[in-house]
Amino acid sequence: MSFTSKIMDFFKKKEKVQTGGGTKAIEKQIAMGKMTARDRIKTLLDPNSFHEYDLFVEHKCKDFEMDKKSLPADGVITGTGTINGYPVGIFAQDFTVAGGSLGLMHARKITKIMDHAVKLGIPLIGINDSGGARIQEGVNSLAGYGEIFYRNTLASGVIPQISVILGPCAGGAVYSPALTDFVFVVDKISKMFITGPEVIKTVLGEEISMEDLGGAKVQAEVTGNAHFYSTSEIDCFEQIKTLVSFIPWNNKNKAKAYPPKPPRVGYNIETVIPTDSKKPYDIRDIIKATFDDSDFLEIHKYWAPNIVVGFARLNGETVGIVGNQPLVLAGVLDCDSSDKAARFIRFCDSFNIPLITLVDLPGYLPGIDQEHAGVIRHGAKLLYSYSEATVPKTTLILRKAYGGGYIAMCSRHLGADFVFAWPSAEIAVMGPEGAANIIFRSEIAGASNPDEMRKLKVQEYTDKFANPYIAAANGHVDAVISPNETRDYLIHSLKISENKSETRVQKKHGIPPF
Amino acid sequence: MSKDKPTTLTIDDTQYETNFSVNYLRRTGFKRKDNKKLLAFIPGAIKSISVKKGDKITAGQSLLILEAMKMQNIVTSTIDGTIKSVNVKQGQTVTKNEVLIELV
Repeated sequence: MSFTSKIMDFFKKKEKVQTGGGTKAIEKQIAMGKMTARDRIKTLLDPNSFHEYDLFVEHKCKDFEMDKKSLPADGVITGTGTINGYPVGIFAQDFTVAGGSLGLMHARKITKIMDHAVKLGIPLIGINDSGGARIQEGVNSLAGYGEIFYRNTLASGVIPQISVILGPCAGGAVYSPALTDFVFVVDKISKMFITGPEVIKTVLGEEISMEDLGGAKVQAEVTGNAHFYSTSEIDCFEQIKTLVSFIPWNNKNKAKAYPPKPPRVGYNIETVIPTDSKKPYDIRDIIKATFDDSDFLEIHKYWAPNIVVGFARLNGETVGIVGNQPLVLAGVLDCDSSDKAARFIRFCDSFNIPLITLVDLPGYLPGIDQEHAGVIRHGAKLLYSYSEATVPKTTLILRKAYGGGYIAMCSRHLGADFVFAWPSAEIAVMGPEGAANIIFRSEIAGASNPDEMRKLKVQEYTDKFANPYIAAANGHVDAVISPNETRDYLIHSLKISENKSETRVQKKHGIPPF
Repeated sequence: MSKDKPTTLTIDDTQYETNFSVNYLRRTGFKRKDNKKLLAFIPGAIKSISVKKGDKITAGQSLLILEAMKMQNIVTSTIDGTIKSVNVKQGQTVTKNEVLIELV
């Protein structure tokens, strides 16, 4: 063969493999409202930035007449590219090829790009769209999954790992996204579950549709398995691009700094909080009034909404924000919100992102279901994560900070570097009503007019304790600041903690209350 | 994605005006387990029954075998007692939570 004809032959081979499962299978994929794997990579990554590896990898299975079957790229496309100039490793399962099923070589393509991403120190994005294990390859499919899970774990906290569920992701397969840092789902397209509706019907006689069992909405709202929810693949890709701009490439770097921007006009920090401390407001309005360009990327927006977590920028630097949300369940802490915040805190700590905590909560959610669900164990995760984190930790107490909630929301005692409080802060062991009922129980009971006595005692308690000054007198609060000084104080604390270093006793790792 | 009309939540005698979350609204009430009623934890078929009305039984004693998911599941009581009624027959298929045996 001449040199030119070798090149032409290569182009023909490449084109053949790149059509994946063929035009019919591609039409089926599009009819389901899904993009093809190659189109997804093309749309998500910067134009012409994708370099593919392992295009010609072939499976080695001989059982069940598999040696007669040729599977283009073995059903997965892997490679590297950039998103808004940021380098990323990426894999996308090709549903048009044997249903995107995972065989050993398919898995090895993925583990190769995972190993690569760790060595290069770049984030890894996995687009999951697969029917599951390739039954014909038997144990080798299981081996493939195992090798992926192991690497997800070893890479955890080293490089950011992002999973995008753009199709079925069921059975064992779904554990890979579960081990990654951020899971993206798209309505009507993502399906995640361990056992599917058919098995549940056969064994338990319970009927449920795939959407109701493990569709995007369920994962975003009920289970918390999904961090980001959207209604189209295009919107999903926009979310991914935004997320990537906030986080560093690996755990040795900081996230890229952007030009500082003041908050946008129209968010007045002083008018957000109602005068009646029992009335709600949206903590996100405080966030928008404080951080750069009023830009806030909320994570886990629809799950455990009584706490708000996400990324913003302060003076151009990425910060991780944790804030109680008085708009939902009065901003209490419970099982799910503790889990949500704890996980986010650990991501920020792994990737050098300073934490800013906004506090306004009356305590923990009471209830038999909470106790039996293990609020003790789950709540402890939040205490653990805050104490463990060595990134700069700044806390701002806006309003209520009662009892255990005061401690758990990154108080000085859990190692906060800066604790500020607004004059509206109420740092006390309990709310005035509850406290008065306990402390002055005998006075109220013995009074000629118990209701009047109770009102008097509640007012007494409020005047003496529902403020930040007792905490400030004890040095538990570093400074009482006015709302208008907030941005200044936060920027100063961020700048001055740039070289923060904390020495801890050497240990392999702690034992968080999983 | 689902915000109810503002309502109140009471924490430590204080009523807060706020909204409920999706998972809060999905809560099922607490139901005390009646340990005198032995329920089928899974749908299946009664393979064999080893007790009858009036028998005195002890906690942990095998009372009947429920076959489900290709496994033979031994149904026991958590307390000692006397059989009040056996509500199923050998070979019968049962649904989840069906009462199999009642104790006095």
